[in-house]
Formats: sequence, structure tokens, C-alpha cells
Amino acid sequence: MATLDMTDPSDQRQALRRMLLIREFERAVRDNFADGEIPGFVHLYIGQEAVAVGACSALADDDYVTSTHRGHGHCLAKGMDERTLMAELYGRSDGYCSGKGGSMHAADLDEGMLGAQPIVGAGVPLATGAGLTAQLRDRDWVGLSFFGDGAFAEGQVHESINLAATWDLPAIYVVENNLYSEGMTYEKQHNVEDLADSAAAYGIPGVVVDGMDVEAVYDAVAEARERAARGDGPTLIEAKTYRYRGHYEGDPQPYRTQEEIDEWRENRDAIDTFATRLREAGVLDEGEREELQSAVEADVEAAVEYARDAPFPDPEEAYDDVFVEPNPDVEYFRERLGRTGGADR
Amino acid sequence: MSALDATGEQLSVREAIRTALREELARDDTVFLMGQDEEDGGSFEVTAGLYEEFGRDRVRDTPISETAQIGSGVGAAATGLRPVVNVSYSDFIAICFEPLMNQAAKMQYMFAGATEMPLTVRAIEGAGFNAAAQHSSTVHTLVSHLPGIKAVAPATPRGSKGLMKTAVRSNDPVVFFEHKNIYERTGPVPEDEDFTVPIGEAAVLREGADVTVVATQQLVGEALSVAEDRTDADVEVIDPQSLSPLDTDTIAESVRKTGRLVVADESPLSYGLHAEVATRVVENEFYSLDVPIQRVGVPDTPIPFSPPLEDEVLPTAEEIDLAVDRLV
Ligand SMILES: Cc1ncc(C[n+]2csc(CCOP(=O)(O)OP(=O)(O)O)c2C)c(N)n1
Repeated sequence: MATLDMTDPSDQRQALRRMLLIREFERAVRDNFADGEIPGFVHLYIGQEAVAVGACSALADDDYVTSTHRGHGHCLAKGMDERTLMAELYGRSDGYCSGKGGSMHAADLDEGMLGAQPIVGAGVPLATGAGLTAQLRDRDWVGLSFFGDGAFAEGQVHESINLAATWDLPAIYVVENNLYSEGMTYEKQHNVEDLADSAAAYGIPGVVVDGMDVEAVYDAVAEARERAARGDGPTLIEAKTYRYRGHYEGDPQPYRTQEEIDEWRENRDAIDTFATRLREAGVLDEGEREELQSAVEADVEAAVEYARDAPFPDPEEAYDDVFVEPNPDVEYFRERLGRTGGADR
Repeated sequence: MSALDATGEQLSVREAIRTALREELARDDTVFLMGQDEEDGGSFEVTAGLYEEFGRDRVRDTPISETAQIGSGVGAAATGLRPVVNVSYSDFIAICFEPLMNQAAKMQYMFAGATEMPLTVRAIEGAGFNAAAQHSSTVHTLVSHLPGIKAVAPATPRGSKGLMKTAVRSNDPVVFFEHKNIYERTGPVPEDEDFTVPIGEAAVLREGADVTVVATQQLVGEALSVAEDRTDADVEVIDPQSLSPLDTDTIAESVRKTGRLVVADESPLSYGLHAEVATRVVENEFYSLDVPIQRVGVPDTPIPFSPPLEDEVLPTAEEIDLAVDRLV
């Protein structure tokens, strides 16, 4: 999805639209998962939209992003199509991964999405690797990794940031500190107030931004991108944010209060704040937010219809792509198991 | 040994594991649990209530740090504690293979017995939840391949309680595999606090004269239902319970009687439990076999997300039935 210029009114409206699209997409996922239409697990991004949109709007189309188990927002912000993404969540053959990946593994390399990533912390080295390719092959792209405050406790996260820092790789690390990792509070997992302080250990800039402010995230990532593109190496950005839904859909959330959730929703909501700011600046006319809202509702409804109507993959597709070349053992075992003709031995 | 005469209270697999942990925490104050969200009952609520009962010294939350969880478990075990570390989904063992393979498995050996390694690792495996490739693996054959590590994967509540108690009491490192689809399975479990099941002992869950089915975890249930439904063959069902070491005597004895063997396990078919069981039988009971051994498992693929794809790759009762067909 093309880079936005956040000083340009029409691009600002575009950023608001992207945030609304993510929220509406997630609402539809919430409802249709509850109705049993979507298999597996889903982890919703509602509340954190400013981070994905702020960051991805500062990136170029060729830049690579790695995501998390909470990845739908990153996917949409990076430019993935809501219909194909929804089809993947529904396990259909028209989805981004032909139904093999689902919510937790959605990927689209054409849009620079190197994959949602349910192994906590595992996307971070991949972004470092994308930066390494850029450096060695003289490409203009940067690798940006989104990961959570919980992931910040994983060893591979630190190994990867250190590597990128040492080699001045064009990489950006965006930790979304939403205060919880499953049901564990931030304080239980970390002994520092700001995760961005760790940047000092790698000799790179560490920046704390308000993750509920799309423009603040945009500015921080735009600056980090310039630095990376100059060959000056990576930046660690900590976006302070909040997830409104449970860790997963169905989470009873004994670990926090409704008052806390309401406080963030009512007073710090990223979409409301941004829309108000744009209205006050005269960028958004009366009624324009509602128009944008109706437009994204129609888009998401169409995405759900598309996913519902899309066919399931043919069961035998389960064996495609284990390797680039057909896997001879698959055929051997399928025949032995009596799943293909001539199995009678 | 036969588990056919098992008596005791009816517990689910989940309750059986929890009871074993509760009894061992109460019996020995060097035992402690650690894992992510463990104070809230841990993954799949297996340890629910234990934090309230035993407090933070004994039931501890860790950050999301599998390498540190197992690595510090190794250090604690070598210096006088009995850690029970939960790594949640067994797929995550990939992250901490170093402390498992190079430290837990080799320390006693490298130090010529100067230390013991009373470490238990709990890992949840198996598919059937549409949880896709990185949350559905069965990795017990990978771990069973490591000299110096014991691996158990019980299928019944009785085996789960008895083996968990043995694992915690063992001075060797044990990885305890739990299949996420059988937590609700209930059965009789002896209430005696000293009831244990030795590591390396299979359970004969159904006696039969014509075909031996060695099945693990979820597939034990499938094998038992196939056995009940078949009128043309009297099927014996064996749950090995321990994968490494493996009770080859019980399996060999059964094959001597039946002359026919099916091995059903949810791991990929190459280089795993299937191969080990089959090889042991061929080595020791080759002349008892009337027909070639049949394997049922996953055809060497990761587990896909979409329901029809996951159904395709997972072993089923029908496939066990088909394997029996090919033997009789
Ligand atoms: C390596 C690994 N360990 C544990 C888990 C289980 N798990 C999934 S999400 C999660 C919490 C992640 O928290 P955080 O990184 O803060 O992201 P958030 O959920 O807040 O977006 C955990 C523990 C996992 N998926 N991968």
C-alpha cells in the first residue's frame, strides 16, 4: 500500500480509512468466529490500529513487514486485500495461503508481508534477514518487525536486534506494548518501565511513542526508515498501546477490569482521537467519518460474502508445497495408507 | 502389565495430571512448577488451583522465554530442585532445543554422574483444533531420539497420573507429552498416593488373539473403537505409554500371540516411533510375523489449517481399520 504523506489532507483521510477498515474487519471476524464460521483461533487487534497504520503508512511498497499472532491489522495496513485475507481466515482455497495458514499464518510476499507469526518473537529475525538481503543485494527496502511486549522476553528478539545493530542493517523493530501477554501483566514480565531503554545495549536509537496516536507512530517510523535507508542501521520503537479484546476470542479476561478497558476506549481511542483532530483541523467535513465508516462496512461485508462463497481446498492440496519438488515420501506413505489407487498390499 | 483391571475414581486426563502434580508438590518441597500463565492455571487449565494452594514459590509464572525456562530448569535440577517446566505447545520446544538436547540430556553423562537431572518438561502436542502448522505438531519422536532424555506420552487418565508422578520423582530428565485432544477423556485412576506407573512399561488396554495394534495418545481411542467394531478379528490394543525407553517385551509378547502388527501414532511417518516399534519387532520377533507390519500416521507433512486439509493428513480410525484389513 502506497506511502502516505501525513501532512496531506487526502492522505490523512486515507489513514483514517485504513484504521476504520481494520476495526470493521476485526468486528466481522469477532462475530463470525463466535458463530462458528471461522475455524481455529483468532486474536483480534481492535484498539491497536494506530500502530499498524502509522507504521505501514510510513513504509514503501517494497518494504517487508513481519507480524504476530495478532496480525490482521498489520496485513491490511500493509496493503493486503480484505477479501483474500478473509477467505484465508475461512480456510478457503482463494485465501492468501490457499487455506493452509489461516489467521495465524497469513502472508503475502507481493505486498511485503512476510507472515503473521504465532511463534512469539520469531518474526523479528526474519525482518533482520530482509534487511540483510537489502544490504547485500543493494535493494532499497527495509525490514520492519511488529512484535509484542511479551515477545520482548524471547532470546531471538535480542539476538536479532543486536545483529542488525552490529551490521547497520536497514531494519526497524516496533514493539507494541499493550500491557498484557496472554493474561500476564507487563510488570510480571519486565523489570524496566520502557522497553525502548534496551536500545542502549545495542547502540541504536530507542524511541517511545504514543501507540494510540497514528501520527506519532508515523513520524517515528518515517524517521527510523530514513535512518535505515541512509545505512545508519536499525531503530527500536516502543509503541504504548492497548488491546480492547481478550488475548484470544473467548478469553474470560480475569486479569483486568472492565473499567480499565473502558478508560482506554473512551478517552484514548486512536480512531476517535484522530478523527476529532482532523475535524478540528478542517480536514474532515461533518459526516465524512460516517461516510468512510459506511464504505468500509460495505467492503468488509463484501469480503465476508466472498469468503463464504469461496470453495474449500481439495483435500489432496494438503500435500502440495511441502517442498518445491514433490515429496516422494508423501506419495509412498499415502499409497501405504490406502489413500491412493493400487494400495492393496 | 495389563491395565484392564484398573479400578479407582473416575478422572479426566487433565484431572489425573493435576492430581499427580498436587500430590508431588505436597509430598516434596523441592518440587516446583514454572511456565507461562502458570499462576492462572497454565495451558488448557491443567494446573488450575495449584497456585492458590501452594503459592508463588512453588507455582511460578515465567516471561515468554522458553530457552530460559528449560535452561534454568536444568540449572535448578542440577543444584537440588525438582522443576516441572511447562512449555505449553510442544512446537515451542524448537526454541529451547539447546538446553534440552545439549544440557538436560548430556550433563549427567558428561560429568560422569557427578550430578542428577530431576527435570520434568510438560509439552502439549497433537492436532485436531485447526490450529495450523505451528500449533499442531507431534514432536515426541524428535525428543525420543535424544539419548539421555526419557519421553512419555500416556493415553489414559491412569497412565497420566502414574507416569507424571514417576516423572517428577525420577532423577533423570523426562519430557511428558500431553495430547490436547484427550484432556477430557475419563477413566479409573487409583487413589493411592503411592500409585505410580514405571517409565518403560506399556499398558495392554484390550486383549485379543489375532492382531496387535500399538497406538498412542488420541489414536488409542480410535484403535479401541476399531477393535470393538471388528467381528472378523480379535484385536489387542497396546498403549506403550513410554516412548523412550520403550517396553519392547510387552509388544513382542503380543506379536508372538497374534503374528500381526499395526503401529498407529500421530507423528510424521519417517524415522519415528513407528519405525522404532517395527524395528524392534523385526529384530526380535521376525519369525512370529505372518504378514508385513502396517504403519498409520501423518504422511510427512506439516499440519495444515483448513478443516478439509487437516482432516486429510491426520490418521483416523478408518485408517487403522484399513490397516487391519490388510493384515487379516
Ligand atoms: C514461543 C511461543 N511461546 C508461547 C506462545 C503462546 N503465546 C501466544 S501469544 C502469547 C502472548 C504474546 O504476548 P505479546 O507478545 O505481548 O503480544 P500480544 O498478545 O500482547 O499482542 C503467548 C504467550 C507462543 N505462541 N509462542
